Amino acid sequence: MSVLQLDGVAKNFGAIEALKGVSLTIGKGEVIGLMGDNGAGKSTLVKIIAGNFRPSSGRIFLQDREVTFHGPLDARRHGVEIVYQDLALCDNLTAAANVFLGRELTRGFGPIRINDYAAMNRRAAELFQELKSETRPKDLVRQMSGGQRQAVAIARTRLSNADIVLMDEPTAAISVRQVAEVLNLIRHLRDQGVAVVLISHRMPDVFSVADRVTVLRRGTVVADKPVAKTSPEEVTGLITGAIEHA
Amino acid sequence: MPDQTTASVEGDLSKAIAGQTQTRLSALFAEQATWVFLAAVICAVGLSLMTDTFATPQNLFNVTRNFAFVGLVALGMTVVIISGGIDLSVGSVVCLSAMVVAIVMNAGYGFWTAAFLALAASALTGFVNGALIAWLRMPSFVVTLGMLSVARSLAMVLSDNRMIFEFGPDEDLLFDLGGGSTFGIAHPVIALVLLGILTSFLLKWTRWGTHVFAIGANERAAVLTGVAVPWVKISVYVFSALMAGITGILEAGWLGGVTTNLGQSMELAVIAAAVIGGANLLGGAGTITGAIVGAALIEIIRNSLILLGISTFWQGAFVGSFIILAVAFDRIRALRSTNL
Ligand SMILES: Nc1ncnc2c1ncn2[C@@H]1O[C@H](COP(=O)(O)OP(=O)(O)OP(=O)(O)O)[C@@H](O)[C@H]1O
Ligand SMILES: [Mg+2]
Repeated sequence: MSVLQLDGVAKNFGAIEALKGVSLTIGKGEVIGLMGDNGAGKSTLVKIIAGNFRPSSGRIFLQDREVTFHGPLDARRHGVEIVYQDLALCDNLTAAANVFLGRELTRGFGPIRINDYAAMNRRAAELFQELKSETRPKDLVRQMSGGQRQAVAIARTRLSNADIVLMDEPTAAISVRQVAEVLNLIRHLRDQGVAVVLISHRMPDVFSVADRVTVLRRGTVVADKPVAKTSPEEVTGLITGAIEHA
Repeated sequence: MPDQTTASVEGDLSKAIAGQTQTRLSALFAEQATWVFLAAVICAVGLSLMTDTFATPQNLFNVTRNFAFVGLVALGMTVVIISGGIDLSVGSVVCLSAMVVAIVMNAGYGFWTAAFLALAASALTGFVNGALIAWLRMPSFVVTLGMLSVARSLAMVLSDNRMIFEFGPDEDLLFDLGGGSTFGIAHPVIALVLLGILTSFLLKWTRWGTHVFAIGANERAAVLTGVAVPWVKISVYVFSALMAGITGILEAGWLGGVTTNLGQSMELAVIAAAVIGGANLLGGAGTITGAIVGAALIEIIRNSLILLGISTFWQGAFVGSFIILAVAFDRIRALRSTNL
């Protein structure tokens, strides 16, 4: 049974054809490295899976059942979580408040409810500990390093029991040590049966953590094969177009 | 007023983690409101020494009551500014609300009917503002500038531009609410304190408050994480209009008569109060204490002009310069922190 299946998904922005009929299947606990040049359509594809965009045409299946998402919340309810390229954090809120943004824990009686900061801080601290990140729940995001911000955004996806986590360039702006941590987290997710789609421009990341590499070029899938059966050289050729297809 | 920190409720896990978090005292001095408060105190002390008219019970009573009106409206304005918007229509909504109360009571209805209708009219203007801003994504500056004109014009139409000074059977109740006092504290001041506590509480302790801050800092992030952004925005403008509406009712009672130039260019003093108190016009930051202290500082300065015999024509220059100065300080601080 596949966790996610895309069938001929296309997306136009006016005259721009960002995606031209993408088909893709992802199994439980599988890590897919999604690669491609700038503007190839990686972010667009991931945003469609996450319910941010409606595809112009094509179908999406989760656990073999066709779904149509009405926005990111709907996708989240179906077990799809995403870490956005710009992380979608609010600088003026604490790490914990960002983790829980939109699904704050509250306490009280009946309709009168107040934020349960203690519980949110506690749970966020646990999540950061799982991520082996030195992020303090009560610190403002404004004061945080790139790696800590990444941890906050990733911790968000851990709040629910997602079946699939989409990550848009999580290792683009962080230190080497933090990259290793993020890759470890991805392995940790996979071991719990979570499927991960990892967008990255960094060949070593993809080859160290992914099971399969999918290459997009100008909105089309030009390769989709196990990492064991390809090489960084071949993938580079596919990305640039030096190799037409594989 | 609810504290900015929640340190007391946290377990030792977060205490250990928060080892580096700043102490209460340094946090206090990082707040713009603290400095504005000190400035207000210095002005007040200076005035009491320089004049023998400032520190009289009657003058202090007047000062507190006057600043309460600006402060009340500034509560709503601060919430709007935190959400990343601006509400220029508040002065006109004060007038519209006062006029509705006046006309309905003048027609012989009771106070509560009149107050309900006045608040309903105010809430409606806020809803229209919010709906245009949230759903049609129009700039708040443009929408509320239009409403500034519409609401005052409605007040003129309703009253036929007459002054209304007879308020029917419940007249005494209205005059007492706006002009009376309890334990020597003017009623508008009591309203300011109660509504200030309520607003602080909402901002600090409810999901709504968190979402208002989130929208002001990064609206897209709020949308993506599932915050009901349009509804929060609409509620923010309705809240602001309701504060203006309440102020209108109290001012009608205080003045004992309503004319169509009530609340004219009040928005400027209100925005100044919020901004002086630390609200960031770019959104995402602001405090209720700051807005109240800001309103107090403006009123003390205004009062001092009168007491020191300086022409009141200077008021506008002071209020305007204050807005510009407060924003300039904010910019300088932002530039410094990005240059680090
Ligand atoms: N909201 C939008 N409106 C119009 N065009 C868009 C929009 N989003 C993406 N595009 C266009 O779609 C194409 C694919 O963009 P996309 O962001 O998916 O690329 P990407 O592979 O993620 O690139 P990068 O590596 O730079 O992040 C580009 O031509 C882009 O300009
Ligand atoms: Mg992208």
